[in-house]
Amino acid sequence: MSYIKPNFRHPELPVNELGYTKKNYEGAISTLCAGCGHDSISGAIVQAIFELSIEPHNVAKLSGIGCSSKTPTYFLGNSHGFNSVHGRMPSVATGANMANREMVYIGVSGDGDTASIGMGQFAHAVRRNLNMMYVVENNGCYGLTKGQDSATADVGSMSKKGEPNPFEPIDLVSVALQLGATFVARSFSGDKEQLIPLIKAAISHQGFALIDIVSPCVTFNNNAGSTKGYEHVRDHLAATGTVDFVPMKEEITASYHPGTSQEVTLHDGSVVHLHKADEKLDIHSRRSALALIKDYKAQDKILTGLLYMDPDSQELHETIDSSKKPLRKLTESELCPGNKVLKNINDSLR
Amino acid sequence: MSSVENISSVNDLVIKFANVNGTGSASANNMFAKAVFRMGLSVSPKNIFPSNIQGLPTWYEVRISDKGYIGRRGGVDIMVCVNPQSMAKDIQEVLPGGYFIYDNTKPIDLRLLRNDITFIGLPLTKICLEEYTDPRQRQLFKNIIYVGALAAFLNIEFDVLTGLIADQFKGKEKLIAPNVHAMELGFQYAKENFACPLSITVERRDNLGEKILMDGNAAIGLGAVYGGATMAGWYPITPSTSVVEAFEKYCKRMRIDPGTGHKNFAIVQAEDELAAIGMVIGANWNGARAFTATSGPGVSLMSEFLGLAYFAEIPAVLVDVQRAGPSTGMPTRTQQSDVMACAYASHGDTKHVLLFPSDPKECFEMSAEAFDLAEQLQTPIIMLTDLDLGMNDNMSDPLEWDDEREYKRGKVFTAEELENMTERFGRYLDVDGDGIPYRTYPGTHPTKGSFFTRGTSRDEYAVYTEDGSEYVKNMERLLKKWETAKDYVPAPEIINTQGGSKVGVIHYGTSNASTLEAIDYLAEEGLAVDSCRVKAFPFNKEVEDFIESHDTVFVVEQNRDAQLRALLVNDCEIDPKHLVPVLWYDGMPITARYIQQKITEHIDDAKVTPIRHKKAKK
Repeated sequence: MSYIKPNFRHPELPVNELGYTKKNYEGAISTLCAGCGHDSISGAIVQAIFELSIEPHNVAKLSGIGCSSKTPTYFLGNSHGFNSVHGRMPSVATGANMANREMVYIGVSGDGDTASIGMGQFAHAVRRNLNMMYVVENNGCYGLTKGQDSATADVGSMSKKGEPNPFEPIDLVSVALQLGATFVARSFSGDKEQLIPLIKAAISHQGFALIDIVSPCVTFNNNAGSTKGYEHVRDHLAATGTVDFVPMKEEITASYHPGTSQEVTLHDGSVVHLHKADEKLDIHSRRSALALIKDYKAQDKILTGLLYMDPDSQELHETIDSSKKPLRKLTESELCPGNKVLKNINDSLR
Repeated sequence: MSSVENISSVNDLVIKFANVNGTGSASANNMFAKAVFRMGLSVSPKNIFPSNIQGLPTWYEVRISDKGYIGRRGGVDIMVCVNPQSMAKDIQEVLPGGYFIYDNTKPIDLRLLRNDITFIGLPLTKICLEEYTDPRQRQLFKNIIYVGALAAFLNIEFDVLTGLIADQFKGKEKLIAPNVHAMELGFQYAKENFACPLSITVERRDNLGEKILMDGNAAIGLGAVYGGATMAGWYPITPSTSVVEAFEKYCKRMRIDPGTGHKNFAIVQAEDELAAIGMVIGANWNGARAFTATSGPGVSLMSEFLGLAYFAEIPAVLVDVQRAGPSTGMPTRTQQSDVMACAYASHGDTKHVLLFPSDPKECFEMSAEAFDLAEQLQTPIIMLTDLDLGMNDNMSDPLEWDDEREYKRGKVFTAEELENMTERFGRYLDVDGDGIPYRTYPGTHPTKGSFFTRGTSRDEYAVYTEDGSEYVKNMERLLKKWETAKDYVPAPEIINTQGGSKVGVIHYGTSNASTLEAIDYLAEEGLAVDSCRVKAFPFNKEVEDFIESHDTVFVVEQNRDAQLRALLVNDCEIDPKHLVPVLWYDGMPITARYIQQKITEHIDDAKVTPIRHKKAKK
């Protein structure tokens, strides 16, 4: 694998609305294993943010600990990043978001970081509907400590050592739906066509947007019998349909067939279109999503795509009625009541 | 009344109330303490409560002192007992010559009687049964009735009490008359049935000047408002809960944007202490001033994150209202036993800046100052108070704020500074030689100043590295910052006796009042003692000089393991023999008499010669 990132780019790289090229959104060279699914996800994030024309420095990248949590170094080099503590990224993201509601928050986590040590914080960030995109790079194993089963590994899935996993998996998508997540999707690291519009929609969503991305570990969990390996996943994928993300400023040109298409208008006027492959799915119904996930699982299929979206989602800042102006931009005159007020308080304490 | 030789005093007593928790006694007892305070007298109330909501014994001890002593005295002159559960123990606690006031609706168990104290029976339950029909009123007014009786027994000005009732029920005026009536019932009963006042009385003084009566937790919450905190992440735990509750109360009064009606603050009740400190770190990382409050068990849980904030150099303010540990310990009793845990919280080589306030005014000031220090030093600041200071009303000088004061936001590059910068920005580069690097807030500049924050080792430009020499360089710089911190943190309060002494005492936080009182007693015995109240860790040079200039230095603290002493020995490289521990840790605040006794014992022991020692053995 390469260890120096080539600096050369095509001289006429396309620019986005802000005049940036994709290069402005790239990060340091990845140190993950060659062929790691996580790198494709980093690439998809770069592409999505570039296409959304978000100022690169207006994004904050947060992660926990693990292979997945290393990846924020490998995208958006002009954004601040925070590689925090194992399983605790949601709380750091909560604090960061409270300080400045104007930025875009991307959390990157793994199945160990979210479904085991971080289960509590994940659950509570979902409950609070924190405004962020939360990506789980889900490979069913602990890569950085050399391949132990994680809590999302399927029962019977074979480890590299040839041992079947005896425990029930935690399905983060179902858990999130039950906890009240307002945007829930599943994808596959090898399916950029699906992933990029999902990321765009997740970032534009006001509230907690989960994308659980099956992202095979090429080194420790890509063996025969593993249900999170490339071959197995490719053979067992079933999508809810294809997703189009149409930004606010663009006119909708494609025509959609009623019954097979569902559209959601976001707070800023952008529109998400789902061309349904399965007419049973209603993306405004948690029950529909949960039932369908179970049905597909029973058929040994992994259902991917947009599963649920609440267009009336109210994010945490709205719930607690905090200032529209970012808290960190408030000045002393807005924050400090001064000595005169203190004198009255003293009087009340005598 | 019997022919007991009664204690006779004016404005110098300890009165203790024995109640059942959940019966509304706390507000009546508070009213008693406040009435004494409004008569211009020093008062120090201590609420001694169980970890329970209803039904268990709870006590409220009030010391009144003409000399202005507000530490705990020990001993009880007057016991007011309205809890049969604890009566036997309560009777034992009264000093000879003291009074035991109790509800005699049911006859007292004669086996409990003592002939060296005076028993005063008030038919509290009987009066309530006759006067009121509502069971809740019968319970609540029982408390008000004994306060009324005490007014007669001790000569408390009745107008002061009625004034307090009017204040307490402002907005619920309907309740004023019944409360005043209940108080009169007690007052009249006492006057008609006993020779009032007793031999222990209070009388008006003008001893207090501008003093206020406030609990330390409220002062910290208010200090956070003045210090510019906009975010608090927290998890409820006794005895710290009322810190964030006070912050919220004051914010709702003073931080609602007048134009929009939105809140200029965000409070998030976290799922646990780990999340609470995580939120605080996230918010500070993103440029807001944020804090949390907890107690010992919470600090244990926060330790991993505190290590991250230390190593990644992120400001954070943490308030630890200490209680008796280890584990759940005595969750509603006081101690100063988290000093070590806080100083070195986290794995690896870690040291944290600590602040030790000792009264509400200092709680307020240090709370505001902690945000400056955290941002200036780019590290967590842990404020250590305790249950005694945090949850009891403490007398204090009034709170003050200098309107000219500006927040010290530390070394932060602006977009303009980054734009004009020709050299490469190094997040962990020691540009000024004081160990404190420059930081940038996320979102400042499109192409300059971004960096990756991590708990793993990195070079001066925040780039991941496992190079041992880069790691060591960084750890050494953190030590240099630690040295710098000594000039930033508050200096100790040193009180030298005239001419100076060779005996000194070091103390901190809530040991202050009792230590200073003990020094007075020792002076009366002819032993001059200098004192040094430590306000912060790392220790300033003044602390080291104080130790060096005294032959014997006592270190007074409320824990078993002499934790501050250990820090002194470790951080100032002092011979342990030089520092004599004076330790108290039964969960009640330390008393002056105990400190006096321990110091005297040690000084006397040191005087014993080997020859006399031999003789004594025979």
